[in-house]
Amino acid sequence: MADDSSPDRAGTLSPPPDAADLELYRSMLLARRMAEKTRQLWTDGGVHGPGHLSDGHEAISVGVAACLREGDATIGTYRGHAHALARGADPEAVLRELLGREGGVCDAKGGSMHITSVEHGYFGSYAIVGAHLPIACGLAWAQRLKGEGNVTVCFFGDGATNIGAFHEAVNLAAVWQLPLIFCCENNLYMEYTPITAVTPVRHPAADRASAYGLDRVVVDGNDVEAVRDVIAERVQRARKGDGPSIVEAMTYRLRGHSLADPAAYRPEAEVQEWARKEPVGRYRTVLSERDVPAEELDGVEREVSELVDEVAERALAAPSPQGETAMTDVWADGGSAWRS
Amino acid sequence: MAELTGRDAIRAALEQEMARDERVVLLGEDVAPGGVFKTTPGLVDRFGAERVWDTPISEQAIVGSAMGAAMGGLRPVAEIMFADFYATCWDLVANEIAKTRYMTGGQVRLPLVVRGSNGGGGLGFGAQHSQSAESWAMCVPGLKIACPSTPSDFKGLLAGAIREEDPVLVFEHKGLYGRTGEVPDGDHVVALGESHTLREGSDVTLVGLAFTVGICEAAADQLADEGISAEVIDLRTLVPLDVAAVLRSVATTNRLVIVEEGPGQLGWSASLAAIVSDEGFDDLDAPVLRVCGASVPLPAAGVLEEEVNPNAQRVIAAVRRMS
Repeated sequence: MADDSSPDRAGTLSPPPDAADLELYRSMLLARRMAEKTRQLWTDGGVHGPGHLSDGHEAISVGVAACLREGDATIGTYRGHAHALARGADPEAVLRELLGREGGVCDAKGGSMHITSVEHGYFGSYAIVGAHLPIACGLAWAQRLKGEGNVTVCFFGDGATNIGAFHEAVNLAAVWQLPLIFCCENNLYMEYTPITAVTPVRHPAADRASAYGLDRVVVDGNDVEAVRDVIAERVQRARKGDGPSIVEAMTYRLRGHSLADPAAYRPEAEVQEWARKEPVGRYRTVLSERDVPAEELDGVEREVSELVDEVAERALAAPSPQGETAMTDVWADGGSAWRS
Repeated sequence: MAELTGRDAIRAALEQEMARDERVVLLGEDVAPGGVFKTTPGLVDRFGAERVWDTPISEQAIVGSAMGAAMGGLRPVAEIMFADFYATCWDLVANEIAKTRYMTGGQVRLPLVVRGSNGGGGLGFGAQHSQSAESWAMCVPGLKIACPSTPSDFKGLLAGAIREEDPVLVFEHKGLYGRTGEVPDGDHVVALGESHTLREGSDVTLVGLAFTVGICEAAADQLADEGISAEVIDLRTLVPLDVAAVLRSVATTNRLVIVEEGPGQLGWSASLAAIVSDEGFDDLDAPVLRVCGASVPLPAAGVLEEEVNPNAQRVIAAVRRMS
């Protein structure tokens, strides 16, 4: 058993650099640049409503997505932009959604907290803490009945571990032996309050796993390859019918809970320490140490930045949705009529 | 035709739909051993444990799993033992199931049914196991609501709900599980949104739902003895609500009494009364009246429940007030 304060596994060291590594880097950069762009658009007044960004969390969504295939499902939280993008959601459609424009990925009806891209296997971002863990059970149940070996990964925050739905869902998944990986993104704070201040165990997800007969798994959530490797092992177990897992990935928000939160409640030393461990720059260092030329890494960064600038420009130029579309898609017939 | 109880009609609907479509699956507390109200006996033997899933006492997990299963391509039928327990999983019902199709711009499909026992029925279950929860659901756009009143509709409306592409809550009045009636053999499906006019009349329209349909019929019988001709409409579903049928009836009878078991301080009958008072104003010769449950938690003793709930005498008294 690993020490409480350290992850159970470090990343796989020193495989030769290859296209897959650069893809991990590119995917994390896309999430980071999209978050930065979103913050800028919010500051400029273009993004309407609340926004919960994932700066600092990128290694988790990207590391998980690297283990998945078509037919696998992911489902996440209101901090879900990176999860959608990691599965392949269209960045422009995401930005149009955040800006409330026509062509938003949810037709401008969901907004920041409900980014969803079913065609990419991302079944949505859920804004009531913990609500989607039982929903993930149902997705995994359907996969099990279909018998194609597909799995579901459910992302949630540390704060969700003290809500009843977490315990109902993990228990059910364990009893039914569902092909489901519960992936906790523990960023140390619920909203403003440290999770350790309101939880009697150090690791709010992993330390509860034994209550449901599951392994205690903690991983460095800022190490994209460590996340990928731990999740890959759990995904393989689930594909074989060996049941669910809980993985607690330790990470840290580089910014506040939401766009409106300056995060003044966090000690400066802690913020600085985690800034040094942030996953994107850290992985660039890893790739450099593997002799990936700086020009190649710079090229990826330039390419991603240009892409995000371009899609933002197009999204900003997009029109607002037609008012009457507010009345569509309550029902499967496309309408909203409730009476004759 | 076969003479069946309400609970046997539910079982018949589930068996019919599970045999027809292998995507139809059941989940809930005690559904494999046949259910507390004996609505699912033997289904696990015919369709197997992979399609009839017993759950822990975890309403959020039940309703949430039903939602996820529907998203994943199944057509789940979840059982909530008592509709009062929706209070323990209301987040999943009201915030997730009702809204996710809309919030995702139509990306997520949710063909699912949640069914459960509802209302009082003189069975002494008391305040936490006897509520009429259908009006809770009607507050939330995105949920269809069926409330059958006969064994035939217990089968047909449930089958219709299972074939819907949208989420449907089916409220089964527990006072009707044991009542018998004629039920069509074979494929029997009732589409949601079509009310049923049980008897035609010319002097007053009585509108009921589930258990109160029988109250309306009993009242109509007695009113006939007094020479008052009452039309009786069984709404069958609250969403979609068959307003057109009620307006057509009121155009003939010019008077409307709506009978709801739930407390009168709010409820579906208030919505219907408001709509008819607006859109049927020119046809009305008297204010629309509502006969509802009293605004108290439902008491346990039979004599106290009778004091609280609507009955035929209260309906007749309302009709007399109008004439």
